[in-house]
Amino acid sequence: MVDLNLALQDPQHDGEPERDETTIEQRETVGLSQGQIVRKRFFRHRGAVISIVVLTFVILLAYSSVGLHVWGLTTPGWWPWHWRETPPLVNRGIPTLNLVPGPGFGVGPHPFGQDVVGHDIFALVMRGAQQSIMIMVLVGSVGTAVGVLVGSLAGFYRGWSDSLLMRFTDVIITIPFIVIGAVIGRATGALGAAVLGLMLGLFAWMGLARLVRGEFLSLREREFIDAARVSGASDARIIFKHILPNAVGVIIVSATLLMAGAILGETALSFLGFGVKSPDTSLGLIVAENQSAFATRPWLFWWPGIFIIIIALSVNFIGDGLRDAFDPRQKKMPSPRALARAATRRARDKRVSA
Amino acid sequence: MASFVTRRLIAAVFVLLAATFLMYILVSMSGDPLKELRESSAPNKLELMEARTRLLNLDVPPFFRYFIWLGGIAQCFVGQCDFGVNVQGLPVNVLLQQAMGSTLQLVVSAQLIAIVVGLAVGITTALRQYSGYDYSITFASFLFFSLPIFWVAVLLKQYIAIGFNDWLAEPSIGIAVLIGISIVSGLLWMSVLGGNGRKRLTTLAVATVSTGALLAYFDLTDWFSTPSVGIVGVILTAVAAALGVTAISVGLKNKNALRGSLVTAALGIALYYPMTWYVFRFMSLPLFLGLAVLSVVVGGAIGYFLGGRDRWQSARTSAIVSVIVSAVIALEGYLFYWNDYFNSTRINGRPIATFGSATPNLGGNFWVQGIDTFTHLLLPTIAIILISFAGLTRYTRSSMLEVMNQDYIRTARSKGLTQRTVVVRHALRNALIPIATIIALDIGALIGGAVITEFVFGWSGMGQLFQKGLVAVDPNPVMAFFVVTGLLIVIFNLVADLLYASLDPRIRVS
Repeated sequence: MVDLNLALQDPQHDGEPERDETTIEQRETVGLSQGQIVRKRFFRHRGAVISIVVLTFVILLAYSSVGLHVWGLTTPGWWPWHWRETPPLVNRGIPTLNLVPGPGFGVGPHPFGQDVVGHDIFALVMRGAQQSIMIMVLVGSVGTAVGVLVGSLAGFYRGWSDSLLMRFTDVIITIPFIVIGAVIGRATGALGAAVLGLMLGLFAWMGLARLVRGEFLSLREREFIDAARVSGASDARIIFKHILPNAVGVIIVSATLLMAGAILGETALSFLGFGVKSPDTSLGLIVAENQSAFATRPWLFWWPGIFIIIIALSVNFIGDGLRDAFDPRQKKMPSPRALARAATRRARDKRVSA
Repeated sequence: MASFVTRRLIAAVFVLLAATFLMYILVSMSGDPLKELRESSAPNKLELMEARTRLLNLDVPPFFRYFIWLGGIAQCFVGQCDFGVNVQGLPVNVLLQQAMGSTLQLVVSAQLIAIVVGLAVGITTALRQYSGYDYSITFASFLFFSLPIFWVAVLLKQYIAIGFNDWLAEPSIGIAVLIGISIVSGLLWMSVLGGNGRKRLTTLAVATVSTGALLAYFDLTDWFSTPSVGIVGVILTAVAAALGVTAISVGLKNKNALRGSLVTAALGIALYYPMTWYVFRFMSLPLFLGLAVLSVVVGGAIGYFLGGRDRWQSARTSAIVSVIVSAVIALEGYLFYWNDYFNSTRINGRPIATFGSATPNLGGNFWVQGIDTFTHLLLPTIAIILISFAGLTRYTRSSMLEVMNQDYIRTARSKGLTQRTVVVRHALRNALIPIATIIALDIGALIGGAVITEFVFGWSGMGQLFQKGLVAVDPNPVMAFFVVTGLLIVIFNLVADLLYASLDPRIRVS
């Protein structure tokens, strides 16, 4: 590493007393705030940036095409069909989406095809994506909120509150998510996707609580916390103003990964019949309803699956990008080409100065 | 140590009690167990409801009913577990015994393969960091990580099972497919082995040509209709195993170990004909397991006595070689009876099963039953492996990279140790420490995956017990499932802690 640093240092004249001792990592971040550093590193992760674009596109598509239908609030979408409408079958329900230039090129009336009674699969998949995304976000945010609360209380106050909260965490973490999720879904699935998401979130916080507790335990022993306490800061102020901002990296990364797990969990539960119930729909439910028709109408099965994968994959990539961005140990190795260039420059400068 | 284990066990008992209580209450309140009867039009509806209420103690509130259930479980301590009865009045004990076997079979085989493949791929990606191979495996593992397991399972059913069965009816490889597979395998070997430009090209050429030749040979000799390893195959794999295992574990320079493993391989080859002619016909499960253990012992003994100074090292190497050679010979046994299975009236030339865990009324000897188990395990195992594999490669890769950047690895290199010694001896052993604990802790996710896989493949295991029980709001089967999984999770948590402590001398349990 030292060699690398030397190789990349600005040309220097021999015999000059002070050398630039800043390392590459330091030099890259000089004069930048924490947020700027994180942002800069995040946008360097190509997969994560592409994923953000893709995910935004999917969310916009899902919520604008068939309109919003939440808690009595209804906005119209630009797509002509509702997901419960059964228009007459066009061409036996085969997808009309055709990206090969030539006759029939274009989107057509039913780009993703129709099922046996005529439901437009595009509208159905968009509605399913809406519900799955909503559940994913709800599980992620409720789980993160509870996890941060439990973890910070346990880590900050230690003692009996720590033991109590952590034993409680141990109890719930013994139950696999799919198992407790199925029981919760069996009880609350009929109450709608939003309630299901909230309830699932209440059983998805354990991993995060353990991580946050660990962060709090180590951060609360640091000098700046002592300094804050001596200057009279209250517990709440120390927690929210001093410790939490320092633990935010861990929290954001695990919240993202929690969401990626949540969408797979939700679709699996809906597939098993313990999640979102008909007449509403979710991506997992569409797959479950149509799995027997695979041989005759494979598009009923492909499209919802592809959307699950796109959403889960982009959230996973964003999580990976965030982890790289928040990891202070992360180094960017200069390419061999840059190293060679720096070495020749150094050699030339040496010759000039000699 | 003992006090640590005792304390953890006592804590585990309380955790399990609380978790079962929570589950019991949640399951009992998740719906109305009398719903289907309430909606039925049977004339004796009221009596049926009465009977079920009495059967399942539904007149007792869930809070107290839990203790009735717990009383039954407590009898396990006197050797008579009572998991209660399900809605139909069948004892759950019996159901659980049947279910546990098939689920364990599925989960264990899937996880073992996933560990072997995941570790191998993770290590090679770490050693070839930032290569095309590394990037493609990273992308693939992200993709697998994001795959819904139920969706993959349905795809597998359609393409692997039905497609492969169709292909087996008329097995022939087209010339384009042959060239395609050969080139892909060549590229794979090239990127795994790496090296400079010339070495890469040589690897590419050798791997492509040999894969192509092998496939062409299989195709021309109609191998897929009459598969067998043959004495030539056994000799080739045995020698390759002896050389390969020795090269990886102790290095070919260690003549004693090399001699030990070659002698083991030769013994295996010599036993090929006696085994196929005399032993295969009388094979049974105890004999099979006995022979498996015997092969490990004999291999180890050969290595030990020919081992020279480093006896245990060479014993280990020979034991691994012995296991591989025995596995090849056992494979020959299965392939020997493949046509019996393939043409049996229950199978009718469509061997890859998409439903259930065994063909009913199949009959046949040990080998045919074994093939049947294998063809039923194949698809669910692939589904579970795909998901576990993703996590395992990622963990292995990052753990291995972390270790490879440590100072002591640089020291080992600067001492002039070979790449093999540095990677296997110094790096891999330390990289395995966190992976061992992660594998132990992942058991919960594994069981979750098994529930879904069993559902898709109609596998009558514990997942079904859970799923059907929950649909019927029937706490006893659900709780039986949960007692087993919860127990496994708690035990594996403890094992993870102990494993970490025993593998990493810096950690002390107290």
